[in-house]
Amino acid sequence: MTNKLETASNPEQLKRVVIEPLTRVEGHGKVTLLVDEDQQIQQARLHIVEFRGFEKFIQGRPYWELPVLVQRLCGICPVSHHLAAAKATDMLVGATELSPAAEKIRRLMHFGQTLQSHALHFFHLSSPDLLFGYDDAVRHRNIIGVIEDHPELAKKGIMLRKYGQEVIRVTAGKRVHGTGAIPGGVNKSLSSEDRDYLLKDIKQIIAWAQDAVELIKTIYLEQLTYHREFASVASNSMSLITASGEHELYHGGLRAKDAQGHTLFDHADCTHYEDYLREAVKPWSYMKFPFIETLGLDKGWYRVGPLARINNCDRIATPMAEQRRQEFMQLENGQPVHATLATHWARMIELLHCTEAIEQLLADKDLQGSDLLHTGDMQHRGIGVIEAPRGTLFHHYEIDDDGVVEKANLIVSTTHNNQAMNESIRQVATNYLSGHELTEPLLNQIEVAIRAYDPCLSCATHALGKMPLEIELVAADGSTLSRISKRATGEICSTR
Amino acid sequence: MSNSRFVIDGKDIPFRPGQTIMDAAMAAGVYIPHLCHNPDYASTGNCRLCLVKLNGRYVSACTQPAIADSQVDNQIDEINQQRKTLLQMLFVEGNHQCPGCEKSGRCQLQAVAYYVGMLSPYFTHFYPRRELDASHPEMVLDFNRCILCGLCVRASHSADKKNIFAISGRGMDSRLVINSTSGKLGDSNFSAHDAAASVCPVGVFLPKHKGYEVPIGQRLYDREPIAQVGDVAHPNHQRDKK
Repeated sequence: MTNKLETASNPEQLKRVVIEPLTRVEGHGKVTLLVDEDQQIQQARLHIVEFRGFEKFIQGRPYWELPVLVQRLCGICPVSHHLAAAKATDMLVGATELSPAAEKIRRLMHFGQTLQSHALHFFHLSSPDLLFGYDDAVRHRNIIGVIEDHPELAKKGIMLRKYGQEVIRVTAGKRVHGTGAIPGGVNKSLSSEDRDYLLKDIKQIIAWAQDAVELIKTIYLEQLTYHREFASVASNSMSLITASGEHELYHGGLRAKDAQGHTLFDHADCTHYEDYLREAVKPWSYMKFPFIETLGLDKGWYRVGPLARINNCDRIATPMAEQRRQEFMQLENGQPVHATLATHWARMIELLHCTEAIEQLLADKDLQGSDLLHTGDMQHRGIGVIEAPRGTLFHHYEIDDDGVVEKANLIVSTTHNNQAMNESIRQVATNYLSGHELTEPLLNQIEVAIRAYDPCLSCATHALGKMPLEIELVAADGSTLSRISKRATGEICSTR
Repeated sequence: MSNSRFVIDGKDIPFRPGQTIMDAAMAAGVYIPHLCHNPDYASTGNCRLCLVKLNGRYVSACTQPAIADSQVDNQIDEINQQRKTLLQMLFVEGNHQCPGCEKSGRCQLQAVAYYVGMLSPYFTHFYPRRELDASHPEMVLDFNRCILCGLCVRASHSADKKNIFAISGRGMDSRLVINSTSGKLGDSNFSAHDAAASVCPVGVFLPKHKGYEVPIGQRLYDREPIAQVGDVAHPNHQRDKK
């Protein structure tokens, strides 16, 4: 765990290489590399260049709007924000326990969401790198190339995603940005017609999900050494976990393990997350850097997401996914897997788990229940935590006596992975780029490392007020004429 | 039954003496787009959306008494284009964020905009800064959506006999104000059961602790256009029962 390559000692004397925009990721970001005369990389940084500000502009809005307002953060994983906010508002309205119907409908919605998001990431965004290699021609290294060369595989990916979207539609009213979850429950049960509609295709969907796990396993093992070492960084891991230690996406306690698999904390109450986690701000990024407080900023950064969840859990509740998890954990003889590209494999195990869990849930009569809303005594503080497809997602709101939001804190999955992504690109820069003339295929390796985390950059940028900012005036020949920057402290620096 | 009649878009409409074009058209099942009109209250012609041509002259249908043997143009391109422009101006004057609005799918402004084919705001948004009034225990007022139709003012005055609301200021500074010492709704004698609480055609009046309880697909305007469904305050219940 090192911050090597974060800041070069002599940046003004180095050549600057920029990868912008990052492609096949959600949102807008860039990577800057500073290279010396010997082509040695002296600095590598992942920058998130967009700004959202949701934490600020939801202040002053009524709390019951939050699940619908905040999901607009994202078009890929809105259900995660919808449900995290709904869980936080459950706490606000004093709904200590949801009805079985409400909880299971939310869980179904969330499995649909994770299924569609994982399918989108693997098939549409990452499979071109995995199938064709990082150095394939740019014009071919995309989903169109996959459709041309592997039409059946592309079709499976599209249909898997479509199925997940349909699960969302029947539970939330729309495929994107629905309104199903409301404070204290849900606004509709699942009709038997919609249940039968989903059941009609579930066997096929499970079979395709099994194929997806087999595919990534085969790809991974074919070049085991490369996949094991590429962008690999030993890290802590954090995820939700059930009371019995099972893999959990909707509700549970927090578990964190160190790089060797030793428990750092377990079954931690999510509503006390501030006792375990801190966030740091760095002047060169809009995205914060969370860390485990007891370990400090340098050693306390961690991974979240599929790899962290599979590393952290003791088992998965559905049989096929559990069998695949056991197989996966043999990669390092039961020890945590730190290979960044193994995240794809872990992601497909979760995709399979989602399909199995959807089938199980659809057989549950509670989904047709009519007890949909519970409330209790109003509270001023609400915290909702969920495992979004990309990792643990925290929504924390505080409201006044009138029910109006006074404060909001969102720690989004991609934000947790900020340092891990930076460490991965520095590992790639050191091991694969340094000393070489930088070409497009080599630079794509940086993107391959980032893509493995499936970052959602648009979700992850919320700093406001003390937002660090940098503006460059660049001449027509590309040289920087002047630069003005605002540090996190508010200090303005100007250089020429 | 009166024998007096006029023609609207080629359709013969009977009317009684004193009826407006709007009253007679609604009674005959002919829809004229409108926002500030509510048959329970005196019409004021505020929103100008019910603009029609009466024998070639522009009039507001909600205030113009019907004239026997007259010719009224309602659904013609020229007028619909002007209605669309009016709606586009209303949308940019306030902060109408339909995607997150609790009233989406059951908002008359949104439904009329869909009806006349308004697909974009076209004009530059004003983004006015308007604070929420959440001081009342039962109701939040979100002034961001107010279109100054004056319906709550009229309902509070004539039905509730409370005079809680008024339009203050002039021109671009016009705004809805509360008749209380602090200017806050919580310090007035407003009740969520007042008639004024249920006449808003947009999303200013929001019952507290409730939101999005009607699923997408079952909201007032989800399945049929406003011409069939009717107003927020007066939905066409007979049609709903079909």
